[in-house]
Amino acid sequence: MALNLDSKIPEGPISEKWEKHKFKSKLVNPANKRKYSVIVVGTGLAGGSAAASLAELGYNVKSFCIQDSPRRAHSIAAQGGINAAKNYPNDGDSVWRLFYDTVKGGDYRAREANVYRLAQVSNNIIDQCAAQGVPFAREYGGYLANRSFGGAQVSRTFYAKGQTGQQLLLGAYQAMMRQVHLGKISLYTRREILDVVVIDGKARGIIARDIITGDIERHVADAVILASGGYGNVFYLSTNAMASNVGAAWKAYKKGAGFANPCFTQIHPTCIPVSGDHQSKLTLMSESLRNDGRVWVPKAVGDKRHPNEIPDEERDYYLERIYPSFGNLVPRDVASRNAKNQCDAGKGVGDTGLAVYLDFRDAIKRDGRDAVEARYGNLFDMYQRITDESPYEQPMRIYPAVHYTMGGLWVDYNLQSSIPGLHVLGEANFSDHGANRLGASALMQGLADGYFIIPYTLGHYFGSHEIKKVDTTHPEFQKSEDEAKTRIQKLLTINGTRSADDFHKTLGKLMWDYVGMSRSEEGLKKAIAEIQKLKKEFWSDLKITGSTEGVNIELEKAGRVADFIELGELMARDALMRPESCGGHFREESQTEENEAKRDDENFSHTAVWEFLGESADPARHKEELVFENVALTQRSYK
Amino acid sequence: MSGKNISVHLKIWRQKDRKDSGRFEDFTLQEVSQDMSFLEMLDVLNNKLVVDGKDPVAFDHDCREGICGSCSLMINGQAHGPLKETTTCQLHMRSFNDNDTIVIEPFRARAFPVLKDLMVDRGSFDKIIASGGYVSVNTGNAQDANSIPIKKENADLAMDAAACIGCGACVASCPNASAMLFASAKISQMALLPQGQPEAYERAANMVRTMDDEGFGNCTNHAECEASCPKGINLSNIARMNREFFKSKVFSRKE
Repeated sequence: MALNLDSKIPEGPISEKWEKHKFKSKLVNPANKRKYSVIVVGTGLAGGSAAASLAELGYNVKSFCIQDSPRRAHSIAAQGGINAAKNYPNDGDSVWRLFYDTVKGGDYRAREANVYRLAQVSNNIIDQCAAQGVPFAREYGGYLANRSFGGAQVSRTFYAKGQTGQQLLLGAYQAMMRQVHLGKISLYTRREILDVVVIDGKARGIIARDIITGDIERHVADAVILASGGYGNVFYLSTNAMASNVGAAWKAYKKGAGFANPCFTQIHPTCIPVSGDHQSKLTLMSESLRNDGRVWVPKAVGDKRHPNEIPDEERDYYLERIYPSFGNLVPRDVASRNAKNQCDAGKGVGDTGLAVYLDFRDAIKRDGRDAVEARYGNLFDMYQRITDESPYEQPMRIYPAVHYTMGGLWVDYNLQSSIPGLHVLGEANFSDHGANRLGASALMQGLADGYFIIPYTLGHYFGSHEIKKVDTTHPEFQKSEDEAKTRIQKLLTINGTRSADDFHKTLGKLMWDYVGMSRSEEGLKKAIAEIQKLKKEFWSDLKITGSTEGVNIELEKAGRVADFIELGELMARDALMRPESCGGHFREESQTEENEAKRDDENFSHTAVWEFLGESADPARHKEELVFENVALTQRSYK
Repeated sequence: MSGKNISVHLKIWRQKDRKDSGRFEDFTLQEVSQDMSFLEMLDVLNNKLVVDGKDPVAFDHDCREGICGSCSLMINGQAHGPLKETTTCQLHMRSFNDNDTIVIEPFRARAFPVLKDLMVDRGSFDKIIASGGYVSVNTGNAQDANSIPIKKENADLAMDAAACIGCGACVASCPNASAMLFASAKISQMALLPQGQPEAYERAANMVRTMDDEGFGNCTNHAECEASCPKGINLSNIARMNREFFKSKVFSRKE
């Protein structure tokens, strides 16, 4: 069975595609909308905004989240801001420029039409959020403030202090809760998704586990939306929240949804370094710090002096040296890789040698401590709370950490996966960021998908398909539930010696070492073999306490780790089969003379889409060729 | 960095489920690095318990960077522990000394029933928001964002109120288990913005009524909520809520 990879990109000039597509899309009349039901998995920016908007239109929505409240989804942790092409600062921004920057920033591995639409609706998002009462930062005249972010050469980023994700999420959450109150959304919190139910080739429901009671539930609907986030926790240590997992997306993959570009992961350059084996997660320091902080390492290998005792001439401000025009503001992938290079060369700082300095000394000297405090005070406090060091007194230590996954379930222009009726939004899909995501673009994409795209494309799906009436007594529900229960029983009865966390740590180390910032054929082959070995060990030596009833945190973790192990192998395969370097995917075999990522547009200007062919078979790799009609492909240069 | 290792004696509330009456259980952990976060210390305890075949301690947590509001815990009688404006997940073991005894309990309130061990149900907060904590604007209704200028001072005050993470520390610290600080933060945010005006009366009246219905107590000005709030939500929000509530009673055409 081959995947249906018709991208359904509309005809016509890029600037007219979305308008024409909306016009041509089928509509569901207002009285009929209340006859349709839709399941939305996840309540982050994508899932929350989708649930709210669809309920406002009249659809009956069932919304699921793993946390105790939809307000806690991990979108909440985004600090920096959200991009939009408003051009309020009059500095030359436009829909076209945001589109262009996003395609280029993604190293030409995203679909042009999707990215253009994203740039188009970016402005509506800001309007909607402002109307909801999101307290965006403002100037003294009362108008919205903008800043430049992540090396963008225009100021297009809107923000709410260092808590933009929180404020946008609360806006979507509140819109959702209004619909809960009106009875248009049924809310299911503390649910883990165990399977996606496909009936007659269409997604029609899910199997969920209530993590308080342990009950396994069947939920039916006319369509299913996955907005379940990214899979960065495959690395064990990442900036993702503890419960962030690939479960729902992975089950969809096994039911026939293509998984696109799984190896495209983003490693964020400015995170607080690991302090020891006890480390459970990593904390990001906003990219905005690089606007004023200078990145450096000691020139001499093994220089263990206190940073304040190292004079300027013995410091290597390597980003400024290597990239004189962008300096400390090079894109994330470039900054991360260079930090790794310095540490690999033995110049890393701190106890572990896995860190570089981010120094505010010169900014404080230039602008004064008060000005620096006004800009970054909350971040400096957070850093000090974690490390017990003051960034006002000595440089921060930072190191890259896994932060975002550009890969995800393949979707067409309608955000529909290769399973009809299964739509995928936000970080869970692969669509808009290519091989590298620009700063302040994740919030934009999540809300674009949920507020302004799915309300149109879901209507088109309902209007153009016959949705038969089914209920949870259908044999497919029984089958999915039986499989989910069998798996849980299997996990509980292994009776081995190692905890789920222990396996997760081993997997994370393999992923970081071989499928992390720098990848090679040899390393990837080794990773595949080691992960396969780990999978066998997991299923023969796992130890879980407790039973199926009631809260069982070890059972939850074990299920997630089992999925991550399988995903890890697919990521390594995907990375192996893409011998070019692009964006966050750096293959050591494919670099320029100056050690920069070197693309191979002739052979790899495509999206790799993986098809599951059974537990004992290797997955199949398919291609969706990328066509660039509006942006000329160039080698990125930040020199 | 490079804190030393310490030993700690833990007294942790264990409760099988909602119906169980619950009890304290004692544990001693050695070689606890002071660079660990408080929750990482509990991870270490749980890993030991699992390997020994015992039931790990259930507690709520997710982002571990102080913003999602999942983590809770009364630590030695203080919501989120001893550090000011710091959530439990951001608290580190360097705040404790060698051989300290640490008492760990769930957030307690009639409106927050214990689900297991240290996990509580804070769904009543969602109900308060559902009853009015929003601007009723459907997707697509909005005009250009800059068509409504907002005084910077008000926008900043609204942001300060909106910083609430909904953790429930205010309720757990209040002798009356009142949710006034939580509800007032949202009512204030909306009251400070022009977008919030059309529904101001209904919002205040409905959210206050829901607070009562959910079993939260009243405010008697102890200010423990403000002292324990990890996000520094100010008591003045309660005064603003009371004004809004008063106006809703006097000026609303309803009732």
